[in-house]
This record gives sequence, structure tokens and C-alpha cells, in this order.
Amino acid sequence: MTITQQIITVGVVVIGTMLTRFLPFFIFPANKPTPVYIQYLGKVLPAAVIGMLVIYCFKDVSFFSNRHGLPEILAVILVVSLHLWKRSMLLSIAAGTCFYMVLVQYVF
Amino acid sequence: MNSTNATRAALKFAFPQTVPILAGFLFLGIAYGIFMNSLGFHAIYPILMSLFIFAGSMEFVAANLLLISFNPLSAFFLTLMVNARHLFYGISMLDKYGQSGHKKWYLIYGMCDESFAINSTLNIPNNLDKGKVMLFVTLLNQIYWVAGATIGGVFGSFITFNTEGLEFVMTALFVVIFLEHWLNTKQHYSAMLGLLLSAISLAVFGGERFIIPAMLAILGVLTLLRPTLQKEKRTAL
Repeated sequence: MTITQQIITVGVVVIGTMLTRFLPFFIFPANKPTPVYIQYLGKVLPAAVIGMLVIYCFKDVSFFSNRHGLPEILAVILVVSLHLWKRSMLLSIAAGTCFYMVLVQYVF
Repeated sequence: MNSTNATRAALKFAFPQTVPILAGFLFLGIAYGIFMNSLGFHAIYPILMSLFIFAGSMEFVAANLLLISFNPLSAFFLTLMVNARHLFYGISMLDKYGQSGHKKWYLIYGMCDESFAINSTLNIPNNLDKGKVMLFVTLLNQIYWVAGATIGGVFGSFITFNTEGLEFVMTALFVVIFLEHWLNTKQHYSAMLGLLLSAISLAVFGGERFIIPAMLAILGVLTLLRPTLQKEKRTAL
């Protein structure tokens, strides 16, 4: 690929990414009333999408071979229990990550 | 409160929310920079790509696109598919971002998974400027990512300590955000649907292809449940 072709390729990726980010705001501008259905989606979607993001993190974990996703499952259990107990965001995340690192580096 | 104080207060509130992302993005950004370095790209590539694309997984894909033969049209459609989830973020944030004046352009530009997850669930106290808090969350996240990509691209070949598993910081972050949102809301249909339908989709379609079917399933079921969910919301009020 020439430099020009590389610039075009990266440019196209930038435009595609920005299209997915800006499109809803162009279709439903703030100065016009948003359809009731879209307002409904705006209220119920965030929770569902955050659920989807949690699953997204597991997309490369293979549950049926080598480690069977055990380090991931154990670390998530630790994060959830620690968070329900102490409710401290940084503690849950830091402890869960360190635990996971120990598991994948030394245990499994 | 004058403008400087309001800015400082917003930054003071926003920064702690982004600390897990500081760790995650520096690590992933460095990994991305090292990856580009190993493919033989000059550091300017990861720097500019992290700045302008600012969508982590897509930047790894774009690196591969630069190595194969030139095909902008397929690159464009691939990008739309990989990033289609942003459409959901936009619909969810129409209200919050749409009303934040000129700031909204940057808020939309910088809306990655992590900024969306934080900004959509954050309970910002009324005495703070909400637009400024969301702006700092977004801006700090992008600074972490670009800094990571720069460090990785420039010094990538010197980093040797064992960082295996550090990427779990992002999983832990989303789990905690999901949990916080769950504990702070009464109605959990939507959250459960998101988890369940995505998990089914992942099992059926595999990691490379599950996002679009998952989104369609979520959209479909939420549409079917609309009469029920809206009625419950009204009685709850």
C-alpha cells in the first residue's frame, strides 16, 4: 500500500466510526421532538447495553477448551462478592484484576 | 460558583471515575502501540490512529487492513459492523449529550465503550455542571488511550515485565458498572435481557460475529415488551 492508500484506508475507518457515533444525533436532533419509541429505547437500552458490554468482555474466552474460562469465572465471582460487601469500585476492580493476573500467570 | 471553580469541581468529580480506565487504557494502548511497532509501523501510526479513530478493537482491525490489499469500500463496511454498537450508545445518550451545547460534538466524537458506560450510569450531584463532568470523563479516557498508544509505539520494544492478565481490568470495570446500575435501579428486565440475549448470541454466533445479532435480539425483545415495561414504569411513578 502507498502512503496515500494508507491515509485513505485510515480515513475511511475514521468516517465509518464517526458515522456510527453521530448518526443517532443527526436523525434525532435536540431541537425536534424525538419519537416516543426512540425515547422509550433511550430509557431501557442503557442497562441492556451495559449487560452486552459485560458479555463482550468474554467474547475471546473459550469455555470448552484448555482453562474452560475458570480464571475469568473465579475473578468475576471475586469482583461481584467484594463489590456487594464493600461497594468500593476501585477495590473491587484492583483486587479482581490482581487475582486474575495471579491465576493466569501462576495457577492455570 | 464561577466558571474556573465549576471546571475544577467537575474535574475533581470526574477523575476518580476514570482511574480504572487509566490502568486499562494505558495497558491496552501500550499493547496496541507495541503491536503496531511489531508490524513495522512508525510510532506516528498508533498515535494518529488512536487520536482519530479512538475505538480500541477497530484500531487493531485497521492495522490488519493496512497490511492487505487496498479496498476502502470493504474497510468502510467492516468498520460499520464492528462499531454498530455505538448506534445504541447514541440512542441511549440522545437526552444527556444532546442538551450539552457545544460540548456535545466532542462528547459524541469521543464516545467509546468505557466513556458511554460511565457517563450513562453516573449520578452527578446537582451542584456540578453535568456537561463538564461528562466532558472530563471522555477527555481523560482519550488522553489515557493516546498516551498508551504513544508509549507503546515509541518504547514498545523495551517493555519486558509480565503483564499477562492486566486486560481483565476492563472486564472488572464493566462488571462493577453493571452491578452498580443494578443496585441503583428497581427494574431489572432490561439489564437481564442484555446479559441473557448477548450470552445466547455469543454461544450461537461466536466471538467474531455475535454483536449484531445480539443488538437485533435486544431491540426486538425490548420492542415486544414495550407495552408491559412502559405500563410498569408508569405505575412505579
